[in-house]
Amino acid sequence: MNPLDILIQYWPRLLDGTLMTIKLTLLGAVIAAIISPMFALIRANASPVAQAPLRLYISFMRGTPILGQLFLIYYGSGQFRPFLQEWGLWSFFRDPFNCALLAFALNSTAYQTEILRGGIMGVARGEIEAAKAIGMRPSRVLRRIVFPHAYRIAWPALGNEVILLMKASALASVVTVFDIIGRTRQIFSRSFDFSVYLWAALIYLCITAIFVLLWRLGERKLSRHIGAQSDSRTILNPPEGPKA
Amino acid sequence: MLEIFSYGDAGWGDEILAGLAITMQLAIATLPVGLLIGFGAAFASMSRYRGLRMIGFGYTTIMRGLPEILTLFVVYNGVGLLLNIVAKWWSPDGGNIEFSPFAAGVTALGMVFGAFAGEVLRGAFNSLDDGQMEAGRAIGMSPRQVFLRIQLPQVWRFALPGLGNLWINMLKDTALVSIIALDDLMRITKVAVGVTKQPFTFYLAACLIYWAMCVLSEIVLARMERRANRGIRRA
Repeated sequence: MNPLDILIQYWPRLLDGTLMTIKLTLLGAVIAAIISPMFALIRANASPVAQAPLRLYISFMRGTPILGQLFLIYYGSGQFRPFLQEWGLWSFFRDPFNCALLAFALNSTAYQTEILRGGIMGVARGEIEAAKAIGMRPSRVLRRIVFPHAYRIAWPALGNEVILLMKASALASVVTVFDIIGRTRQIFSRSFDFSVYLWAALIYLCITAIFVLLWRLGERKLSRHIGAQSDSRTILNPPEGPKA
Repeated sequence: MLEIFSYGDAGWGDEILAGLAITMQLAIATLPVGLLIGFGAAFASMSRYRGLRMIGFGYTTIMRGLPEILTLFVVYNGVGLLLNIVAKWWSPDGGNIEFSPFAAGVTALGMVFGAFAGEVLRGAFNSLDDGQMEAGRAIGMSPRQVFLRIQLPQVWRFALPGLGNLWINMLKDTALVSIIALDDLMRITKVAVGVTKQPFTFYLAACLIYWAMCVLSEIVLARMERRANRGIRRA
């Protein structure tokens, strides 16, 4: 069959899968983005003993395959079924979408925490001292000085992490979530037309390209006060202050 | 509790070790393939010829943007189809050729590793000091000698941290081949889960083994980096 025919015949399914991939990625990234600032502050400031559980969590998340983490949550929860049923959580773990989302959010939290920690450590000490000197309370120093700088420094790396998360979200198809890959395999098993894989690849590349453009716009907005020279290079290498 | 991991007929210890062996074989077989593709991609994207540069740039950009699992399916299904088409053309009466999952795994993981390694190596070549190459040429070294004696030893030093990260990522990505029915650690775990009905215990064990491999790799890589930088004074 002509590659275009495949697209004409199956585009609703591919579109459906594309929306699922975007939904999984965005939700996972947003949940991780809500949790990671707190963790990053602990990683940047707390005593080594207080950090130990967090470090263990991050090391585990970064040292094991995401597929393993996904199986651990999706299939592993079955071992605790009576317990989970008692607590009313079984309906959550029975749904593969929820399990995939939980796995991706936990995984991305670990990565985003480390990236943001680097950003926080990269904030120039003098600025924090200046803020304290003019009488800002610690919470206000965080809100007005530390986090705006930290996000500006961490922004490109955070964007990379979201792209990695989108690539990882393809694993959800293994636990029967119908994302792009899930739909592609479904279409392939019916039509035996290989070109559907190439369409899937094209969709992924388009999502990545659009995301990179949007992320650059965000970057420009974050650093508009720095002026005309604010390209990504100055973000990665802030002119003053220690490097992350 | 622990007897399900024992060695022999009663436990899954020996099966899991066999799976671990497959995982390691896969990772170790992929490394040279990936490095070769990586060097190819790096040289192509630094080439004098525009066409080659475009190919190198296109390859690394596209491969890095695709999910590894998609690459694996494309290689596993696509190369299988291609092989059969070639085989039919060669001898129309011949039977179907099976593209082994192991070969598909090495090819796909090597292609992914190669795309990322291409970028790492290009960066490493770019961070070499131009003066040293000029000095080499000035004392009459051939381009080959400059490459072997000045560029390559230092590229190793610059590229090692990046390549180390790629190795750890690839080690984790080997778990994907369990989806195309290669009996690696992850798939053996799945089989064990099917029999024992203890999914959490076994997937946790598998994760701990991957974790141990990654931590071990990190320790070895830190040593290699120290060794590679032994001649360098730290600023």
